[in-house]
Amino acid sequence: MNSGEFASAGADLELVGIQKRFPGFTAIEHLDLKIPAGSFFALLGPSGCGKTTTLRLVAGLEEPTNGRILIGGTDVTNQKSFQRPVNTVFQSYALFPHMTVLENVAFGLRRRRIDDPVAKAHEALRLVELDHLAARRPQQLSGGQQQRVALARAIVNRPALLLLDEPLGALDLKLRRQMQLELKTIQEEVGLTFLHVTHDQEEAMTMADTVAVMNKGRIEQMGAPEELYELPRTAFVANFLGQSNLFTGPVVGSTSEAISVDVAGQKVVVPAARAHRHIGEVTIGVRPEKLTLHVTEPVGDVARNLMGPGRVIDVSFSGVSTQYLVEIAGIGTLIVFAQNMAFGPVAHEGSEVWLSWNIEHGFGLEDDASAEPRFEADDTTRSIATQKRSSLLTELEGA
Amino acid sequence: MAFAAFSTSTTAPEPAPRRKSPIALLLLLPGILYLVLFFLAPLVSLLLTSFQAPSEFGDVGQYSYAFRWENYVDVITAYWPHIMRSFGYALIATVLALVFSYPLAYFIGVKARPWPLLQSLMLVLVIAPFFISFLLRTLAWKQLLSDESFVITSLKALSLLAPDAHFTGTAFAVIFGLTYNFIPFMTLPLYTTLERLDLRYLEAGSDLYARPFDVFRKITIPLSMPGIVAGTLLTFIPAAGDYINASRDFLGGPDTQMIGNVIEANFLVLQNYPAAAALSIILMSVILVIVSIYVKRSGTEELL
Repeated sequence: MNSGEFASAGADLELVGIQKRFPGFTAIEHLDLKIPAGSFFALLGPSGCGKTTTLRLVAGLEEPTNGRILIGGTDVTNQKSFQRPVNTVFQSYALFPHMTVLENVAFGLRRRRIDDPVAKAHEALRLVELDHLAARRPQQLSGGQQQRVALARAIVNRPALLLLDEPLGALDLKLRRQMQLELKTIQEEVGLTFLHVTHDQEEAMTMADTVAVMNKGRIEQMGAPEELYELPRTAFVANFLGQSNLFTGPVVGSTSEAISVDVAGQKVVVPAARAHRHIGEVTIGVRPEKLTLHVTEPVGDVARNLMGPGRVIDVSFSGVSTQYLVEIAGIGTLIVFAQNMAFGPVAHEGSEVWLSWNIEHGFGLEDDASAEPRFEADDTTRSIATQKRSSLLTELEGA
Repeated sequence: MAFAAFSTSTTAPEPAPRRKSPIALLLLLPGILYLVLFFLAPLVSLLLTSFQAPSEFGDVGQYSYAFRWENYVDVITAYWPHIMRSFGYALIATVLALVFSYPLAYFIGVKARPWPLLQSLMLVLVIAPFFISFLLRTLAWKQLLSDESFVITSLKALSLLAPDAHFTGTAFAVIFGLTYNFIPFMTLPLYTTLERLDLRYLEAGSDLYARPFDVFRKITIPLSMPGIVAGTLLTFIPAAGDYINASRDFLGGPDTQMIGNVIEANFLVLQNYPAAAALSIILMSVILVIVSIYVKRSGTEELL
């Protein structure tokens, strides 16, 4: 990058056929990605999925085994990290302990011999509201303040591309919310391209314009947050981004508009446009908040799928909504989120219920249903909580 | 205190517990007793000796207690070239040891991190010379570098060295010996700091447009300052007072005598005890002043 001048605007990032192998394992299988200039892009995935490696490749801290990296149309694959118009907010912040906050922020400006680094550093610190602490050392600041210094140190350089490596991971919930808001505001103000790596699906969805869900070194699905949520393509996305009720069964009938699937003897209809596979064994699903709970058997409706009867095995009240776990013979446990429109829960543990949902809300996955029969829902903590609760109840009854 | 630089801990010292335990005092007692007996008492004795005057009717080497401060003026006028030479040699040897040790310590502590076995092996190689006596090692160098030695005769045969050139007895040989002998003292503290160097700072520097040389100058060096300070002190202090390397029996000659040799000669040969004591006190004070300024200037308090 030419010294002495700022990037005029955010640049787009293009990864072409990127592969990264480390001795003994492959971190990134094959990655093609294009991030348009000025967008807030989130790379979402569980730990070990290759998202941090992707970020380090873009920053120039790792070299790809294969493939090319283009920033603003320029091939930077062979450039060293100090030559790339990219700055990173590291997960550990990596603030230099031997410099003051101000010197930390001015570091990049001084290296590029930009005029008046001190004034520009003060300006960046004012943006993150920490100018009054400019003379302190990083270790004298709290975690949230350090995070803001790290952010100021990166954005002061006006990089064409800003990389964020789970920068909010170490913060508590309240501070994280505040930071998310600030980051989003700053991104809109300065118009940079942000590439944000995170494992927090909520963070990715609230902040990013585009989310790419990454798993085992590949991008499973990419799109706007609502699109990913409403129409997940794979079981992994369906469960990593929020929760899902998934069923498998053979397709028994199909028209140009919809397919019907036999799920353990119950017929479920999914719009053809929302299903990726139209023949054979398929996996279909529906989001828990789309389900309606009925305490009496509802009358049949062609616009709705009906399932039941089932038995409520757990009710947990969380203020805004109530979560029910409903066990249906032959199918398994389904999760239902119901808005608390009435006072208290409408069904109780052990009561018999039916579930229905608008057929428009169903989705069909791309996954091979026979290869991956049923994705294990991430409900370990929930089952522990359920157990704890039932044991407490019996204890109370015994007393 | 200057000697805080030797400590390797990274955290600030924790506030001492408030309650006074008799056991703690009891455990401290042997140490205090040792220091009083073997440091404080000799120091006082040395100080008193340095002001002694020759006995009026005594033989050579008989002195009585007095306050003869002129002793200091005398030794400084007589031996100021030796004093300057000592600190000059020590400084050059320290700088050379740092230049040789830093890449070595960096390799062992940073580059060899993925291979702990290689790290241990290289550390053993650094420490290995300690298994042989300091005197023997220096004597061995004298053998190797004497005028009749294979090394020197070969160099002369190849015309790389003038036919009448000497190696032993020159300032070059003394500085060489000092550097060689103190390299492990420099390498080990450097290694301990560099081994703990967080490489993420270096990545952050590179991410912020710093070229490899700038990363080294602006990040690696300041972060390894505690090791540099400890290593240079461990080299400079003993090197300034060293009298083995510069001795005529080892690598030195008549023109390379350091303050240590002068003190030795005054104590053991000339029996001028006040002069030797005054020189010792001067050496000690100058080192203390230099070290205090150095530690203050290097600004390592926050990193220690």
